[in-house]
Amino acid sequence: MDSESLLLSLELASGSGQGLSPDRRASLLTSLTLVKRDYRYSRVLFWGRILGLVADYYIAQGLSEDQLAPRKTLYSLNCMEWSLLPPATEEMAVETSVVKGRFMGDPSHEYEHTELQKMKEGEKVFEEEVVVQIKEENRLVSVINQIDKAVAVIPRGALFKTPFGPIHVNRTFEGLSLSEAKKLSSYFHFREPVELKNKTLLEKADLDPSLDFMDSLEHDIPKGSWSIQMERGNALVVLRSLLWPGLTFFHAPRTKNYGYIYMGTGEKNIDLPFML
Amino acid sequence: MEDLTSPKEEKADQEVGEVGRPWEEITVASSQDPESGLSEPLESEQGPERGPQPRSSPPRSPQSRTSTPLDDLTGPDASSAPSPPQEAPSPPSILTLARQELGTPWQSDKTPDVDPKAETPRSPHLEQSSDKGESTAPQMCQSEGNIFQQSQQTGHHLYGPEDVSENNSKQKELRFNIFQEEDSNSNYDLDCAEPGVSEVAPSLLEIAIQSAKAYLLKTSSKSGLNLYDHLSDMLTKVLDERPENAVDIIESISQDVKMAHFRKKLDTLQNENEMLPTYEIAEKQKALFLQGNLEGADQELEDEIAENSLPNLMESAFYFEQAGVGLGTDETYRIFLALKQLTDTHPIQRCRFWGKILGLEMNYLVAEVEFREGEDEEDIEDEDVPEERDDGDSGADEDDEDELPRAFYKTPQATPKEESRTGANKYVYFVCNEPGRPWVKLPSVTPAQIVTARKIKKFFTGRLDAPIVSYPPFPGNESNYLRAQIARISAGTHVSPLGFYQFGEEEGEEEEEVEGRRDSFEENPDFEGIQVIDLVESLSNWVHHVQHILSQGRCNWFNPIQKSEEEEEEEDEEKEEKGEEPDYIEQEVGPPLLTPISEDLEIQNIPPWTTRLSSNLIPQYAIAVLRSNLWPGAYAFSNGKKFENVYIGWGHKYSPDNYTPPALPPVCQEYPSGAEITEMDDPSVEEEQAFRAAQEAAALPAEEMEETEEDEDEEDD
Repeated sequence: MDSESLLLSLELASGSGQGLSPDRRASLLTSLTLVKRDYRYSRVLFWGRILGLVADYYIAQGLSEDQLAPRKTLYSLNCMEWSLLPPATEEMAVETSVVKGRFMGDPSHEYEHTELQKMKEGEKVFEEEVVVQIKEENRLVSVINQIDKAVAVIPRGALFKTPFGPIHVNRTFEGLSLSEAKKLSSYFHFREPVELKNKTLLEKADLDPSLDFMDSLEHDIPKGSWSIQMERGNALVVLRSLLWPGLTFFHAPRTKNYGYIYMGTGEKNIDLPFML
Repeated sequence: MEDLTSPKEEKADQEVGEVGRPWEEITVASSQDPESGLSEPLESEQGPERGPQPRSSPPRSPQSRTSTPLDDLTGPDASSAPSPPQEAPSPPSILTLARQELGTPWQSDKTPDVDPKAETPRSPHLEQSSDKGESTAPQMCQSEGNIFQQSQQTGHHLYGPEDVSENNSKQKELRFNIFQEEDSNSNYDLDCAEPGVSEVAPSLLEIAIQSAKAYLLKTSSKSGLNLYDHLSDMLTKVLDERPENAVDIIESISQDVKMAHFRKKLDTLQNENEMLPTYEIAEKQKALFLQGNLEGADQELEDEIAENSLPNLMESAFYFEQAGVGLGTDETYRIFLALKQLTDTHPIQRCRFWGKILGLEMNYLVAEVEFREGEDEEDIEDEDVPEERDDGDSGADEDDEDELPRAFYKTPQATPKEESRTGANKYVYFVCNEPGRPWVKLPSVTPAQIVTARKIKKFFTGRLDAPIVSYPPFPGNESNYLRAQIARISAGTHVSPLGFYQFGEEEGEEEEEVEGRRDSFEENPDFEGIQVIDLVESLSNWVHHVQHILSQGRCNWFNPIQKSEEEEEEEDEEKEEKGEEPDYIEQEVGPPLLTPISEDLEIQNIPPWTTRLSSNLIPQYAIAVLRSNLWPGAYAFSNGKKFENVYIGWGHKYSPDNYTPPALPPVCQEYPSGAEITEMDDPSVEEEQAFRAAQEAAALPAEEMEETEEDEDEEDD
């Protein structure tokens, strides 16, 4: 959610039960303004909160002019002092994929993971247990990246692609109409398109290149990994990800208010196929 | 964009008169040239009209410049004004040149580069003039054309680029027709009357005009649009739609025009009544707000009762907000009203907002209530229904299957469910999907449902009658599953500060001995509160005030042996007794009521609870917040004296490992395994011979040869 409309956005996203306490809200409003100035971001998003056992991570993201350009991610434990996280890499994802369980809330915490490694000594090949230390900071980076890739959502038309390539906020976006708002096809993954290239020409025939340049949620796997609900008597559409429980996307149809927030434990729901 | 005709009609007549038109014709004609042959006849028609212009125009150009105030804004077409005369020494060369140009520059239309535009008009012009055999010098024609462009643009400059950029021949035809009309009506007195010289050097003004137009045509680096096109689009829209007081709404027209770029061409089929559900729910919620007023004189009486039962939801919502939990003020207040409606319409002793369970299609708001004494008969009726159904099933089985082979499977003794007001059925739960919708009472929970609910993990849909498709099969539909999860969550997460509740003194002593535990408590009137900081620092200051549910699915242990002994007498002969079933089952004992939560089990090294002070900034007024890690979404707060629990989540227990459905049971044994049905290897010839020899040896002493031979034959088969 945009840091500038934080209060309204939090109110709209409150249906999932997770909010921010008044002191957190106030400090975010102050500190994110400063973050925007200091890091020279064109837009700062309050991304959400990852619940740890000892402390919670508050996450913000800075966007440059091109909305789909790689985002800078910052975290804070007290909502005032923000630290920049390194960009996510493939190795990080592989390394942290073995970690299970909850976040601690301490970036320097090290998870221990024992894994069997094949050692070669001359002719003999034997397996040896190796204890790998994984820093929670790396896990944090990788989880945020995964969530962004998997479930960051933006309504269709909120961004548009300029003829020169960069993607900008569509200032004339007036919100989805009610009937559109009820369809998953009106929502896009807020990331570089992955599936779009695999579409056939026939499927692409109806797409508007300036608007439909991202993947829609319609074909997400597994099918049914989104819960789409109209709340407050159709005045608000709420999408909840079942794959990453805790991610809430909200959009008030026919207004510019939209955004997503993650408030959860930072764990993927791998049981989803059993639960539908 | 398309309908440029109407503006021209008007404006041309009013402002610049006929001055502009010739140029329009020229540009149109020229722009159409490359695209369609249609333009040819039209041009030739116009030829005569244009004939006199070249001669008369040169003097007019200065005049027209001065006459119109908009001159400054006129386009950069003038840029090429000086060049044509020098460039074009002979008509044929220009013709070819223009033709060549025509092929390409129309595509690169919107670029601020205006040279093609300025030059192209020449070609048709030349054609026409030569066709008509007029003796006008080509240079004159060109310069005239260029100057016309300048002068004309005072009135029409907005359309210039369109003529160029529009490739749609249809539109052009349309436009063209109208030009023709105009042309036929108009005369060129003005043009003719102005004598002058065409070779006016480009003045400063012209350059200014030209740069201004270039500026307007500059493409935005963000959107790829330019102001020139945008303004012409806007004016087109205004003139098309002719709104009243257009000047007042020009901002929104501008917005509309921009939005049109992003709007998909919509289907003709559209949902007309898409707002209906909105009104429906608003109407329902209106009833909530009006309910207070509707009741008249009886209100005082009812208030006395209602006051006790209705909790102060807003107060606890305030505290939960400090903890960063809650549904938002607006929704909370609606729930508050809905709870009031519930307590007003039911004989309720105590009511509490239990929480919210998220579903796929709709969510559940859950209210925990306790009926007043003697008011829960309906409860009993409800309970009987499923039991009867169970009995019916088992009875039918016995009757029908008399002749059929009987299954050896003996259904395990169903653990009876707990009486209402005890154990897991201590409270009654009402749910509704949204404030204002009717509250629905959930059926009471059976141990079997709790046991199965522990083994499955399903999302709620939001429809109470939805079936639960799962393995192991869940006995009941979603309302039963919801009720079972509520019971489990309550048992796991409802906690209170130590000392807030105490065991009731009047509790029967004998019962306690039998059960080995107490199951009722009351509020401690002497509770003095606990320091918030103590509540945060030590989990032993929090206690469970809801009974633990045993693995049997009940809070109070039920001994299944007692009953089975009675039944054994009847069923002994018919059914095989199962060897595994022990005669005596050790009684399950859960932790007693009001056990500190510090004794809760860890979830694979994850502490089951996280405590937090709501604010570190102003700790003196902060409250203690307890978050369950076992049931994500369960929270409790206490400010030392007051406490409250709430659950807002998906209704699933946390597990660091992935869910694995239980394995299928082993296949039932149809026949007991024995020698008769065990497969053996066929005997080899040697074995047979050895066997026969042995048989014969045995038979000889008996001297009954015939019989043994028969035996052997049989065995050989």
